[in-house]
Amino acid sequence: MTRTEPNRSSKSDSENSGGSGGGGGGTTAMRVIVPLQGVVQGRGGLFLGSVIPCAFFYFLQFYLKRNRKNEPDSGEPSPDSDPSSGSPDPTRSQSVGNLTELASLPRSLSRILLSPRLSGGAVSVSGRAGCVLKGGDSPYHVGQKRVEEDPYDDSGNPDGVIELGSAHNTKMDWVSEDPGEAISDGLCMSGIASYEPSHGLIELKTAVAGFMSEATKNSVSFDPTQLVLTSGAASAIEILSFCLADSGNAFLVPTPCSPGYDRDVKWRTGVDLIHVPCRSADNFNISMLVLDRAFYQAKKRGVRIRGVIISNPWNPTGTLLSRENLYALLDFARERNIHIISNEVFAGSVHEEGGEFVSMAEVVDTEENVDRERVHIIYDLSKDLSFPGLRTAAIYSFNESVLSASRKLTTLSPVSSPTQHLLISAISSPKFVQRFLKTNRERLMRVYAELVKGLKELGIECTRSSGGFFCWVDMRGFMSSYSEKGEIELWNKLLNIGKINVIPGSCCHCIEPGWFRLCFSNLSERDVPVVMNRIRKVCETCKSQN
Amino acid sequence: MGLPLMMERSSNNNNVVELSRVAVSDTHGEDSPYFAGWKAYDENPYEESHNPSGVIQMGLAENQVSFDLLESYLEKKNPEGSMWGSKGAPGFRENALFQDYHGLKSFRQAMASFMQQIRGGKARFDPDRIVLTAGATAANELLTFILADPNDALLVPTPYYPGFDRDLRWRTGVRIVPIHCDSSNHFQITPEALEQAYQTARDANIRVRGVLITNPSNPLGATVQKKVLEDLLDFCVRKNIHLVSDEIYSGSVFHASEFTSVAEIVENIDDVSVKERVHIVYSLSKDLGLPGFRVGTIYSYNDNVVRTARRMSSFTLVSSQTQQLLASMLSDEEFTEKYIRINRERLRRRYETIVEGLKKAGIECLKGNAGLFCWMNLGFLLDTKTKEGELALWDVILKELKLNISPGSSCHCSEYGWFRVCFANMSEKTLDIALKRIHEFMDPTSGG
Repeated sequence: MTRTEPNRSSKSDSENSGGSGGGGGGTTAMRVIVPLQGVVQGRGGLFLGSVIPCAFFYFLQFYLKRNRKNEPDSGEPSPDSDPSSGSPDPTRSQSVGNLTELASLPRSLSRILLSPRLSGGAVSVSGRAGCVLKGGDSPYHVGQKRVEEDPYDDSGNPDGVIELGSAHNTKMDWVSEDPGEAISDGLCMSGIASYEPSHGLIELKTAVAGFMSEATKNSVSFDPTQLVLTSGAASAIEILSFCLADSGNAFLVPTPCSPGYDRDVKWRTGVDLIHVPCRSADNFNISMLVLDRAFYQAKKRGVRIRGVIISNPWNPTGTLLSRENLYALLDFARERNIHIISNEVFAGSVHEEGGEFVSMAEVVDTEENVDRERVHIIYDLSKDLSFPGLRTAAIYSFNESVLSASRKLTTLSPVSSPTQHLLISAISSPKFVQRFLKTNRERLMRVYAELVKGLKELGIECTRSSGGFFCWVDMRGFMSSYSEKGEIELWNKLLNIGKINVIPGSCCHCIEPGWFRLCFSNLSERDVPVVMNRIRKVCETCKSQN
Repeated sequence: MGLPLMMERSSNNNNVVELSRVAVSDTHGEDSPYFAGWKAYDENPYEESHNPSGVIQMGLAENQVSFDLLESYLEKKNPEGSMWGSKGAPGFRENALFQDYHGLKSFRQAMASFMQQIRGGKARFDPDRIVLTAGATAANELLTFILADPNDALLVPTPYYPGFDRDLRWRTGVRIVPIHCDSSNHFQITPEALEQAYQTARDANIRVRGVLITNPSNPLGATVQKKVLEDLLDFCVRKNIHLVSDEIYSGSVFHASEFTSVAEIVENIDDVSVKERVHIVYSLSKDLGLPGFRVGTIYSYNDNVVRTARRMSSFTLVSSQTQQLLASMLSDEEFTEKYIRINRERLRRRYETIVEGLKKAGIECLKGNAGLFCWMNLGFLLDTKTKEGELALWDVILKELKLNISPGSSCHCSEYGWFRVCFANMSEKTLDIALKRIHEFMDPTSGG
């Protein structure tokens, strides 16, 4: 963002050189430039009156930029500090991007101004904290809050808000499905209370490796010593971001993507995300050409790309990446000498009949070391096993240096040991794991089929989802205008009239407005007609208004 | 800067992909003697019957003296509750789905009540100001992310816990500027030392964002005096910076009356602009001896910090099962009162045992009144009063006495010859053996 500052800011200031003073962003600079201009105008007229202040301005920027070289963009208000931002994405709305850059100038003139002075308190917090506090609430959070305040319950609160936003799998009741077999150990304090390696007990790693192998239908054998366990997928992604990229670098991420990346990858690391749009015309498949172009455009701007982040099954579309896709990505990464982060958190939730999940681990199995070392996989027990509260996710890597750094970093986000022991008991039984995965898949398949049928009856299409918990739904026909504004209006109607919480495509950085992510793992087959009725109500409202 | 961004396919065999500066730096501090000694212990751990000549671990501040109290409570009150929570299997399912970064209300209330009890009711804690993190390590890092920008500094009195080099600096990019304390006044923080540290930072054009203290202090094993706390708060107000008080050993003060929490001082202050620069870190790892549970908290009087910390805690949440497990135990005031009292008593006795034992061997310790360790002075044994001299002695103690203790230099102590010795992570018998080895070393003629 700072790379374009001098050009944009100096241009806008010369436009304002009539002395009217810029907006809030240029005011302080104006105080310097306007009097200077007055001095010059007497001799050299308008020409010198414009050129000299601009030159001064340019050099001032250069000087300041050098002095704050080591700082990431902590002073800039970043709307992307939340999991998904409600404020417009710069790629979709140019004017907002401009405002951001202008606003950053006065902050750099004074270190005091760098820290937001917040109401009620004299002492300031960091730029990183400031972002969160100044950014408004995104649809992601607003929706979540509405669900908390008024949660749907089929008997107790049938008019409540149905949660179709976040990726919980609440309907798998594995605990009552024979907990005795799954969990046999009691709690022995002295065995679990003392310090253990923060990156996870080897027994749990072994169990997780076994589970992951089962999820890939045993086409890959995962090595427990290449696993690092941590307290959630957010932490796993952040740890990898810290290990693979420096502040100011970037990852390429094909969009639409998980809303969580804005927080997990960017927030504390200072690493940026460069969105590579996929389009409905291509069924949202990744175009290697577009990826390549994004890479070179970034390079031209002086941004170093350190890796590409993919998810498989894809969040939010539910697509499974083919072997060809994965080989093409590996080639791309090899040629550019960058990493691949493969987010495989839904590996165990492939619900399409005959759907084949291919892990990146399988693809690199036969490759040379130098290529294996660029691949890192994220897995999350909470997704497939439907217990998010237990906070257990994993990084799987072939790169010993990454593993070594990650292990140390897990001291900052370790898995609680009673939880580790509980999980060891639960998932060490192969019979239990197989039965669980099978039941999970079948249930998801049934609900998904009902949902797609219901949507079709309403004239709503969605992309073909083969795995994971999401339906990527095309509601372009119901927007009042084909724009982000139109999308947010529709989202509001779905939430307030339909009382269903879905995620608008803008939170997933989708370049085409009108797509919504609908999570169906929270639904039973009985709930689907209720959801359809709600959507129908909103559709009818939209049709009558448009 | 590194490899060119595009490589031709054919020449890729030597194209090793690079990692970040964070990944390859040694700011994690794990190469220091503090951690190296642990390695020696791992390779040859003392075990009473099987390996009586192994290395005795005295470098790990873990509290094992009161386990029996926890075990008997859990077995008596809630044998099933340990796994399922009070509602049994259905309760577990609910629990397993809960992943709100606010944390279970019942658990936050229990933590607030426990923290209040430790302070003898002299300060009140609002459960809504408690943010849960997976351990105090995470809490300290999180606060650093929130209070300071990269290249800013926190002032930390020396000697300090070696882990701070990692927790406060590694990923945050924030620096530590030491507040030098020395034995002339029992290592207490003086206003002069504070000013000097602040000035050092300013001279280097570094912006100071706060002061971080541990109270009771690690590694000193002593509480911070009330007057010092008041001076610290004054200093922070004058400089308009934050004050973080890491009070993870607050329940391990031998006599309750000797501990003043910064919360007590803030309790009597109405001025919000003063209060909201104060933040407290707490954990159950030390007082309850449950490090494996990874339960830490940030308690802040600043609404913005609480709000941000909550969101940031998404990276380091406490498992809901753990919260459930501990909630009922910590809200049982009868149990916690008994536990705190007995734990303090046992720690005090251990402390007296080791200090007496060391005295008999001609070794003095700093007068301590808290924590799981003592601060021992072996300056008189050094060949040279330098870091090398100290490390040479440390090496001898590790290799010949087979005792892993922590050298003061790893705690950034400006005086050489001090060592931190932990005493609560072993049985009394093992402690005796350790003392015996020290006696033999100090006086080889004393016989074995």
